[in-house]
Amino acid sequence: MKINDVILQTVTKIVVFIILTFGVELFLSGHNNPGGGFIGGLVLSSAFVLLYLVYDIETVQKGIPFDFKKIAAIGVLLAVGSGTGSMLFGSEFLTHTFSEFTLPVFGATELGTVVLFEAGVALTVVGVVVTIILSISEDV
Amino acid sequence: METLITILIGVLVTVAVYLLLSRSLIRVILGSAILSHAVHLLLMTMGGLKKGGVPLIGEDNSTFTDALPQALILTAIVISFAVTAFLLVLAYRTYKETGQDNLDALRGFEDE
Amino acid sequence: MFLSIAIFIPFLIAIFIPFIYKRVPNRNIGWFVLVVPVLLFLFLASHIPTVAEGKTTIHTFRWIESAGIHFTTYLDGLSLIFGLLISGVGSLVILYSIYYLSEREALGRFYVYLLLFMGAMLGVVFSDNMMVLYVFWELTSISSFLLIAFWYHRKKSRYGAQKSMLITVTGGIGMLAGFVMLQSLTGTFSVRETIQVIDQYTGEGLFIAAMSLVLLGAFTKSAQFPFHIWLPDAMEAPTPVSAYLHSATMVKAGIYLVARFTPIFGGEKIWFYAICCVGIFTLFLGSFNAVRQTDLKALLAYSTISQLGLIMSLIGLGSAATAQGMSTQSAIFVQATFAALFHLVNHSTFKGALFMVVGILDHELGTRDVRRLGGLMAFMPVTFTIALIGSFSMAGLPPFNGFLSKEMFFEAMLSLRGLDLFSLGAWGAIFPVIAWVASIFTFVYSMIIVFQTFFGEHHPERIERPAHEAKPGMLIAPSVLATFIIGIFFFPNLIGDYLLRPAVKGLYPTLSNVESMIPAITVWHGFNTALWMTIGVIILGVVLYWRLHSWKGIYTAAPMRLNLDTMYNGLLLKTEEGASSITRFYMTGYLRDYVVYIFTFFILIVGGVFFTNGSFSIDLSNDAPIAANEYIIIFVMMGASIAIIFAKSRKTAIILNGVLGYAIAILFVVFRAPDLALTQIVVETVTTALFLLCFYFLPEWKMEKLPKPTKLVNGLIAVSAGVIVTVIALAAQGNKLFESVSVYFENAYDLAGGKNIVNTILGDFRAFDTMLEVVVLFIAGIGVFTLIKLKAGKEERDVEDQ
Repeated sequence: MKINDVILQTVTKIVVFIILTFGVELFLSGHNNPGGGFIGGLVLSSAFVLLYLVYDIETVQKGIPFDFKKIAAIGVLLAVGSGTGSMLFGSEFLTHTFSEFTLPVFGATELGTVVLFEAGVALTVVGVVVTIILSISEDV
Repeated sequence: METLITILIGVLVTVAVYLLLSRSLIRVILGSAILSHAVHLLLMTMGGLKKGGVPLIGEDNSTFTDALPQALILTAIVISFAVTAFLLVLAYRTYKETGQDNLDALRGFEDE
Repeated sequence: MFLSIAIFIPFLIAIFIPFIYKRVPNRNIGWFVLVVPVLLFLFLASHIPTVAEGKTTIHTFRWIESAGIHFTTYLDGLSLIFGLLISGVGSLVILYSIYYLSEREALGRFYVYLLLFMGAMLGVVFSDNMMVLYVFWELTSISSFLLIAFWYHRKKSRYGAQKSMLITVTGGIGMLAGFVMLQSLTGTFSVRETIQVIDQYTGEGLFIAAMSLVLLGAFTKSAQFPFHIWLPDAMEAPTPVSAYLHSATMVKAGIYLVARFTPIFGGEKIWFYAICCVGIFTLFLGSFNAVRQTDLKALLAYSTISQLGLIMSLIGLGSAATAQGMSTQSAIFVQATFAALFHLVNHSTFKGALFMVVGILDHELGTRDVRRLGGLMAFMPVTFTIALIGSFSMAGLPPFNGFLSKEMFFEAMLSLRGLDLFSLGAWGAIFPVIAWVASIFTFVYSMIIVFQTFFGEHHPERIERPAHEAKPGMLIAPSVLATFIIGIFFFPNLIGDYLLRPAVKGLYPTLSNVESMIPAITVWHGFNTALWMTIGVIILGVVLYWRLHSWKGIYTAAPMRLNLDTMYNGLLLKTEEGASSITRFYMTGYLRDYVVYIFTFFILIVGGVFFTNGSFSIDLSNDAPIAANEYIIIFVMMGASIAIIFAKSRKTAIILNGVLGYAIAILFVVFRAPDLALTQIVVETVTTALFLLCFYFLPEWKMEKLPKPTKLVNGLIAVSAGVIVTVIALAAQGNKLFESVSVYFENAYDLAGGKNIVNTILGDFRAFDTMLEVVVLFIAGIGVFTLIKLKAGKEERDVEDQ
């Protein structure tokens, strides 16, 4: 992948952050508005993919020194593990709970354990998508 | 609307099956991608189209469109993405190893 | 309770063996393993006093209520005797293996298999639930398979393992069907409960079928005619295994099964005849064939077949007691059963010892061919003594335990004369005659073991290594067994009272005072018919052994070519050929063919059912209205999809596919599905990027040059598939049979605390789907990664073939 385009690179630097922010926003808003783990994860991964497409792999790897396979594995672990957590409290596998909290900055906020599950989903999606793209493009 | 979409599904299935029957690996993969498009639409149609508001509680709707097919399709989209990706890589590896993308030439060992 | 746990101890230890073996990679690993059967033996032995008083122990772990399958262990005299054999002989065999197996062998694997077998076998004898029993039963077949194929690089080992597996598992599956039939009659899988209620069902048609199938299982496992052919081939296993599985324990599982089911089926004529006739014929066939063997192990294998037949026939005779109820005659049958169990124990002792002797010969001299051995008495005095004791016991000579049970066997067979039982009539006289003839052959082959091996001329050049006595360690186990052989002769009533009587009582739970029908075992009965028969056996046996060379010709003269082994091989070959020709016929290796099958099937079956039922009632009245822009989207999609087929370059095709994907995203917006639209857009983008990435490496696609007819067929299949999908979808929309379940999800906010219904379904209501989906996604990712990163070396096929 030899792309050397100053405009693209400059734009990407900004755009990536917009996409990442958007991805996180989508992920967090998922329970009440369109969004959620899948979409959030996909948008996040598209940001990474864009980075890899615009810069070469080595450069990006320096900036983001994650092993995305591990991220995917952690995601699966989180998704399955959040399900087993409920079993410790005597409920069925994958039961989620939620309630209202009043937090200093956000005011009345609803928090649910489902966010752990969704985070697992999102991490898996990011990990897998980036792993797929990376494996192919590295194998030249 | 449902009828028209159903006919569209029929067309998509026809195209997908035709592509699946061809020799070239890439066509087969495209076929499977289009087939999953068709199935997504089919699921959607089965729940009824435009029968209510967006399935978000708190909007100004009293009725909601059927949310279950949507959840199913969301799952299916991601899975079909995974399948397509896997098939693509399979095709790519096959081509690298054998120099072939013609399925007829890729038939297994003769002595098996 | 403890018993249930005891069954699992071997399995548990087996798990740890590989780890221990890493630490102790030499023969000392055997000492760790040895602890297991010794402890089990002591544990079971501690139950002897309570069981001898007639107490039984039941313990149940409730398991699958709906299917009536529970983990129930039942300890009575019958299961105890088998349990003691399994753990006792098991201890000796492991002790023997420590010295027998070379340190170069995969000892860890060996002991894992052996423990697996031990646990499975204990499970068979202590399980009361038929389903659990069946699972353990098959587990013994599997562990036997693994042990026979222990030297898997040998072709013969693999053949023997496969043969034993095929035959015993076939019988096992038959047995499973029999169990299911019984359950459908009585409504319970418990053996004890079945015994209670079986009287009401003996008239049913299924009863006989169930009986035959259970017998099939027992006969295949216990190597009864015509299923005995697997046992000689199973001798490819290491000798300790042959001693343990293929003479002392596993092959007796069939006998256990018959004994255990005697209270259920015992009153039936077919049961009686099948077991008695098969048993007595197997007895004769085994002993007759044993004489011609030159491989000592093969000789012992045929001898085992023959002895199993003997025990089987006695158990069959004993089953008549259940039919007779309490009468004067039933004493005869109860005594037959007593004799059967007595011989079962005796057989385990003397056959175990003999197998170990043969193992010693093989180990020290490098051969077990009787033609190459001779004159070893001077070199191997201890081995010779043990062999002598074992063989003479097998031949039925005093002062060894075989004499006692052989006498009892003769008496039981003689009592069949003139019995008015199951319209036996004059045919009853045949049984003692066959038994007597078979015993003569038994005598002959027992003499072959002793005299041809240890007497006669010694030929050092015929054996691989110079003759010498085995290491003391190897001699311990067979010596213990030899001590038992003599000990039982002198104190038979010790095991008679403490083990055999409770066992007989366990075998006849429905009869009351069975114990009173069993006299004490005595060595001397005076000069009765049975003793004269034994004397006749000895005289004729000596003559026959002496003149062996002059009559051995009958083995080659008789039409032995048409034997069961060739039939088995032929059947196997034909089945394989048939299966592979059928498979070749439709598994062509062309993807197109498979896709054609799938869609043709779909078109014919689904479409066919639809047309024949006339299930078309298309109701379009409920359709939503269509806006003009929606028409445009839909027609663009149709156009784009059709254009893909005719696309000249792959880039065009991909762009058209992208058009389809984004158009669907727009449709999702129209259909009030914002989540889907978002996901679809991102997925479509990533997919397109992926396609383009792969195109970088793949060749440009060529226009397909298919012959006209193929194209036509493809088109026809594609169009019919499309039409049928459309028609079915239309029909399904027109006929809503049920209310949608989705109303439930509309309470999402109260139930799951989310306002986005789709996401609450994904994350909460149906989170299991999502979880597994994530797993699938992960697997796909790993699959892609491994496909690319792991490039297997090419020429690594055909590793094993010898």
